[in-house]
Amino acid sequence: MTAAVTAAGATVAAASNLRPLLEVRGVTLQYKTPEYLVTATYRVSFDVYRSDRFVLLGPSGCGKSTLLKGVAGYMPPVEGEMRLNGQAITRPGADRAMVFQEFDQLLPWKTVQGNVMFSLLSSGKIKDRRQAEEQALRYIEKVNLTKFRDAYPHMLSGGMKQRVAIARAMAMEPEILLMDEPFASLDALTRRKMQEELLQLWDDIRFTVLFVTHSIEEAIIVGSRILVLSPHPGQVKAELNAHQHGHSSIGRAEFTSLQRRIHDMLFSDRIEEQESKTHG
Amino acid sequence: MVDRTLDMPPIRPEFIRGRLGKAEAGDVARPLTVVEKVANNNGVRKLSILIALVIVWQLYTVVLDVEPLMFPQFTDTMVALWSSLISGKLVLRIWSSVYVLVQGYAAGLVLATVFTVFAVSTRLGSDLLSTLTSMFNPLPAIALLPLAMLWFGLGNLSLIFVLIHSVLWAVALNTHTGFMAVSDTLRMVGRNYGLTGVRYVALILIPAAFPSILAGLKIGWAFAWRTLIAAELVFGANQGSGGLGWFIFENKNNLETAHVFAGLFTIIVVGVVVENVIFRNIEIRTVQKWGMQR
Repeated sequence: MTAAVTAAGATVAAASNLRPLLEVRGVTLQYKTPEYLVTATYRVSFDVYRSDRFVLLGPSGCGKSTLLKGVAGYMPPVEGEMRLNGQAITRPGADRAMVFQEFDQLLPWKTVQGNVMFSLLSSGKIKDRRQAEEQALRYIEKVNLTKFRDAYPHMLSGGMKQRVAIARAMAMEPEILLMDEPFASLDALTRRKMQEELLQLWDDIRFTVLFVTHSIEEAIIVGSRILVLSPHPGQVKAELNAHQHGHSSIGRAEFTSLQRRIHDMLFSDRIEEQESKTHG
Repeated sequence: MVDRTLDMPPIRPEFIRGRLGKAEAGDVARPLTVVEKVANNNGVRKLSILIALVIVWQLYTVVLDVEPLMFPQFTDTMVALWSSLISGKLVLRIWSSVYVLVQGYAAGLVLATVFTVFAVSTRLGSDLLSTLTSMFNPLPAIALLPLAMLWFGLGNLSLIFVLIHSVLWAVALNTHTGFMAVSDTLRMVGRNYGLTGVRYVALILIPAAFPSILAGLKIGWAFAWRTLIAAELVFGANQGSGGLGWFIFENKNNLETAHVFAGLFTIIVVGVVVENVIFRNIEIRTVQKWGMQR
């Protein structure tokens, strides 16, 4: 236990010398619906370091997806700033490859290989078709879909579609991978398998990922660090470490207690909310 | 209190099966018989309906001895068709119709593209397109022919004018609807890879909206073909070298009913070929292959 603490302390000390890869400073994001101007997040700050598996966790309405869209460059912040490698984020770009929850994120008119190549060629990351093909196949192999390289998306299962989306984003070799509840539409068994595969890939390539989820369990398994957000509007509630947990630690005392801690954090909000409603 | 134990399901012992044996149900996968395969073929089924219709036609005319001036036999019609084809007259008429059609269709598509680009990029354009479409879509293009003849005279220009009118609105409306229906996710994917402007439209919007665009092209074609034949019938009489409409008109004046039938038959065949060969092949190679349409 002491060893673990010193090791963690050493990492913190080493990390403080480094500049964070992604800096989010006091970011307020708002969007308009036909009737309301909704404040999705309010003065949210966090830092993501290289090779982090950084999870944004919170109940629906905490603005976690909006925050991810902000980082992706789809939404300019009303207040605050976001920097990637010190450069302010102003628009969408291929250095922040996105994986969405929806299965329709694949281009239905392209094969598996075509989809992965599309990202490389259309972004101008690789100009040469042959090279793009090689790169695409390398990443398709990493997600175990080599047999399906010539299949069209409509022939694939949900889990396979998400794997293609992950391969497509990773083939870009982006600075940071943005994943918006990528496994939320999958069945429980497939979801678990995909989480394992993602962790294996991380062991293999050591990418940086910003991962949005509403599942506490998924956050602890997938994440190395968890940003807990409270809803309406999204504000930072806590930032926790979860790097020591994986699938193998499910059910262990530490895992369960972390799960309980986060659960209580998110749940206390609801009680406060209800109280303020009944009293106010 | 009610005794809840009465509503409980019975508690049964658990069991776990060891190795599962091979499943040996009778028909796991049975090849279909030849008759079933033939009956499943779309073409065979439709062809047999056509043959049945032809037989009914021939029997009706022969058995009841119908006046050939009113309703010629199937065989007479085929003879007339064959002779007009051999003489090259019919081929010339088909060519003349198709030539005008292609010009009008192409011009209509170009204008539809301009309108759609305008409608996609500005709100004014979108309002303009929807207003114009709701005005002109219910107006049969052929109703504009008298005006067109006044403005452009009795040439192909008048025909092209009404053809544009019949193609433009259907295609522009469908394309615009298709663009509007492209999902936010796909749009974000496109922008994620830094696509903007023309490349964004060409690489994301057009393929994503292709089912609607193709539907628009098909409707536009059907409108155009009908309008063209009707227009040729109206002023074919004033023009030396007309198309298929003129062929029908001419033969009706000469009381060559079998040739009129042959002309109608040709119009149907051209329509069926374009619909079931050209558009069908485009469909099979695109939207059907991509799983965007069954």
